[in-house]
Amino acid sequence: MLTPETRPAYATLLDAAALRPEEDHAPAIIFLATDAEPVTVTRVDFQARAQAYAAGLTRLGVAAGELVIIAHTQNLESIYAFWGALLMGAIPAMFPTLTEKLDRDVYMRNMNELVARSGVRLIFTSDAFAPVMARTADCPVIGSAELAGLANAAGALRWHQPQPEDIAFLQHSSGTTGLQKGVALSHRAVLNQLASTARAIDLRPDDVIVSWLPLYHDMGLIAGFMQPLVQGVPLILMSPFDWVKHPALLFRAIHEYNGTLTWLPNFAYNHLARRVRGRNIAGLRLDGMRMFINCSEPVRHDSHELFLQRFGEMGVRAEMLAVSYAMAENTFAVTQTPPDQPPRLDVVDRRALEKSGRALPARDGDRTRTLVSCGPPIPNTRAKAVNAAGETLPERRVGEIAIRSDCMLTGYYKRPDLQPFADGWYLTGDMGYMADGEVYIVGRKKDLIINAGKNVYPQDIEAIVNEVPGVHPGRAVVFGVPDEREGTELIAVVAEVDADDPAGRKQIARAIRQLVARESTVTVSYVTLVGPKWLIKTSSGKIARAANREKWLAEQGR
Amino acid sequence: MPNLDESIVREKIRTYITHELIRDPDYDLADDEGVITGGLMDSFALADFAVFVEQEFDVYIPDPDLTVDKMDTLDQMVARVMRG
Repeated sequence: MLTPETRPAYATLLDAAALRPEEDHAPAIIFLATDAEPVTVTRVDFQARAQAYAAGLTRLGVAAGELVIIAHTQNLESIYAFWGALLMGAIPAMFPTLTEKLDRDVYMRNMNELVARSGVRLIFTSDAFAPVMARTADCPVIGSAELAGLANAAGALRWHQPQPEDIAFLQHSSGTTGLQKGVALSHRAVLNQLASTARAIDLRPDDVIVSWLPLYHDMGLIAGFMQPLVQGVPLILMSPFDWVKHPALLFRAIHEYNGTLTWLPNFAYNHLARRVRGRNIAGLRLDGMRMFINCSEPVRHDSHELFLQRFGEMGVRAEMLAVSYAMAENTFAVTQTPPDQPPRLDVVDRRALEKSGRALPARDGDRTRTLVSCGPPIPNTRAKAVNAAGETLPERRVGEIAIRSDCMLTGYYKRPDLQPFADGWYLTGDMGYMADGEVYIVGRKKDLIINAGKNVYPQDIEAIVNEVPGVHPGRAVVFGVPDEREGTELIAVVAEVDADDPAGRKQIARAIRQLVARESTVTVSYVTLVGPKWLIKTSSGKIARAANREKWLAEQGR
Repeated sequence: MPNLDESIVREKIRTYITHELIRDPDYDLADDEGVITGGLMDSFALADFAVFVEQEFDVYIPDPDLTVDKMDTLDQMVARVMRG
């Protein structure tokens, strides 16, 4: 297996176990869906399909080094296209697909922004959306049937042999605009990350990885996709759209295929604990799991407790609940709590934390905040907290978390203007502290909302709300509201309007919800309309998100 | 299986959606309004709806019926609950 010790035997991702030439009928991927029979893809099948798609892309005129966007449903075809692109030396990137709900013009405007900035060679999508996208896309668009036809007809392919430092693929930060930065990752960085994470979780040949995570997100792409295929452990995969509606599917997959590892954003613990119906899990066991790894949004201890309480009788134990802190710029994991033990909890004095940025262990009588450790950095990754001047802070002092490793991004794709490093360190934008060698995250430097594992930039949503007739342009604010029931931040909109009549206000509120849903991938949970001059502005005339959030929370009696 | 009164089922589901899912008790939810396609709630609310229906009406909706196509409007939800 790929570990820090065996790492020299792997030059590029083409050395992945799933691509090794020997005949091997072991399952590479088993794809599960609520409304269809499971599909098992053996390594032999996987190689044949990936090669066919590589040949198909070559016949379309795609060349090594060109960017191929896969904006498709989460299915096997999109996986073959991704690996096909890797085999022929193109640079693939997974993207959220267009849906019936989304506004096509807005989606395509964003996509064309990406085409122009990044020089996209080709977009691969579903047959349903290929004609729609082709009408306005500034680059060729190909649908499933056409690419599959070319793949089947194509002849043998000579693999492109990349260099370790070549860009393997891009990860795009989630966000709602076309201005997303493409995180460019080299073969070397990805292999380093997989080796270090494998050590940190003590990955074994008999592990089975189960994932419903979207492949356009780093957690889904690296932990729930690259890791199993490169290591040669089976991947039990499902679609996020299927899983959110039918959460018990995850437990069925673990039970039936002896799953041992899964990665979940914090909201998923609440979603599972509250919304799996007893009838759907009768007789299922989770004893064989090694780790449920909580990652990609702030970890809440109460979510872990809820999960344990509900599923303890199915075999979930506290020592299975692990935590990782991760980001696309480090390929994926930065830290990982060790297997077979629950994450450390740090109960600190809330006042000292908020007022002076010190994480002091709480004494009796203090108002406290319980923080869940993200664990120590994985091998070959370092982390520290720094102050605004970039100076390293001592233990238990809150600062911006900075990281340095052998698995960081090469750069932002075709954005030489963006310099990700300062003296070799990457500043994460997350605020936290170090204690006994472990990382604790307490908040964020900027007004980023993490809703159900998705990064949402408030300014993107505010721009949409400002277009709604009846809202005073520039007089809307969007912020996140932590929700104990859901285990994530919900999205709140406060907008100034003139309308006094209840009917007019209801119409505006409805229009805000509808427009945000059509033009972004998020759902607004709270819409509050207020009269003129309600919003607090800064001395420079900008909307002060934090102050308005406090005002709103106070008015709601929270 | 208890006999359910359709108008009571409808109002209970309407109240549940506006209070629990949309979080706006004043929202005038139309019977044929797309709650998911219209952006009022995420599709994972369908899983919540299934739990609510089981607790409130003792009706179990199998997973294959919990899709946006089949469960997007109040009319569709009520009809499905009435089928038992």
